[in-house]
Amino acid sequence: MAATYEPIATYTLPSSTTSVTFDISSTANQSYTDLVLVANQSDTGNGYIGMQFNGDTTWSNYSGTWLAGDGSTARSGRYTGSNGYLWNSMVNTNTTSIQTVNIFHIMNYSNNTTYKTVLARNSNAGVWAAAEVGLWRNTAAITSILVQTSGTSFVSGSTFSLYGIKAA
Amino acid sequence: MATTYELIASNTVGSGGASSVTFSSIPQTFTDLKVVASIRSNNASTLDVLLLQLNGSTVNDNSLLLWGNGSSALTSGPRTGDGGLYAGQFNGANSTANTFSNTEFYIPNYTSSNYKSVSVDLVWEQNASAAYDGLNALMWANTAAVTSIKLIPSTSSTIQQYSTFYLYGIKNS
Repeated sequence: MAATYEPIATYTLPSSTTSVTFDISSTANQSYTDLVLVANQSDTGNGYIGMQFNGDTTWSNYSGTWLAGDGSTARSGRYTGSNGYLWNSMVNTNTTSIQTVNIFHIMNYSNNTTYKTVLARNSNAGVWAAAEVGLWRNTAAITSILVQTSGTSFVSGSTFSLYGIKAA
Repeated sequence: MATTYELIASNTVGSGGASSVTFSSIPQTFTDLKVVASIRSNNASTLDVLLLQLNGSTVNDNSLLLWGNGSSALTSGPRTGDGGLYAGQFNGANSTANTFSNTEFYIPNYTSSNYKSVSVDLVWEQNASAAYDGLNALMWANTAAVTSIKLIPSTSSTIQQYSTFYLYGIKNS
């Protein structure tokens, strides 16, 4: 029986870096229905974790709506065209230990007919809990995913794992 | 090919109820863990609170809560000292009958020497005006690998029959 949930690639950072890129252009990696990306990371500076598809830097192609709480204030917001990325809340700046959990669900990523939607969760008990829905207004199949920090850099030991989910 | 997403253990609470549910001797061969639970207790209230104890630790290093109740979005934290990680609310005895909360816990890199962060999604729903949809962030500031997970009501109530708990392992290679 074919596997439903399969690992595609994992990066465990050997040193600090500002981004990682998943190349999913191969036929095998285009055969799934949805993608799940799990990041467990920290940053050395304040910022956000962002996602860019197929090298598309067109600002107007990205938008998102988010909900977040930091223990004191619950807030919601919306952004469009933010530097050509889908942003998902703050990275963790506590480098005592890697603490932020990001989980991204990218549905129907390999079709050529619909815009691509991302559901994201961000959990860091020392910063905030957040959820976001993001939209990439492009009907192209997603063949690469760039995960970027707007802070300083992801710390060594941060992990990024990409999984494919097959609906049939 | 090894299975990526695998059921490690399950627990369906029987007729006598249970004071807690524990997954012990967790295999150290996966990358992440996920617990999916459907829960109700006999706490004499519409809700109860679930604590998560990793490796038997009663320490709550930090819990940060975000929830919506149909009227507004609320947040609280950091919470400490609850006798475990404060996972969130679930249905108590006075909530709508036959209604169980749904909760998911995701623990990445549970065997690593980093602190253990937990991402929680939960719903406490009932056919009444009060209900919650929660997104919580927990942290156990311990570098030990997670070998056991205990789920226990903070009120010392009894988890009711038909509550279910499933522990999954996810492997990234």
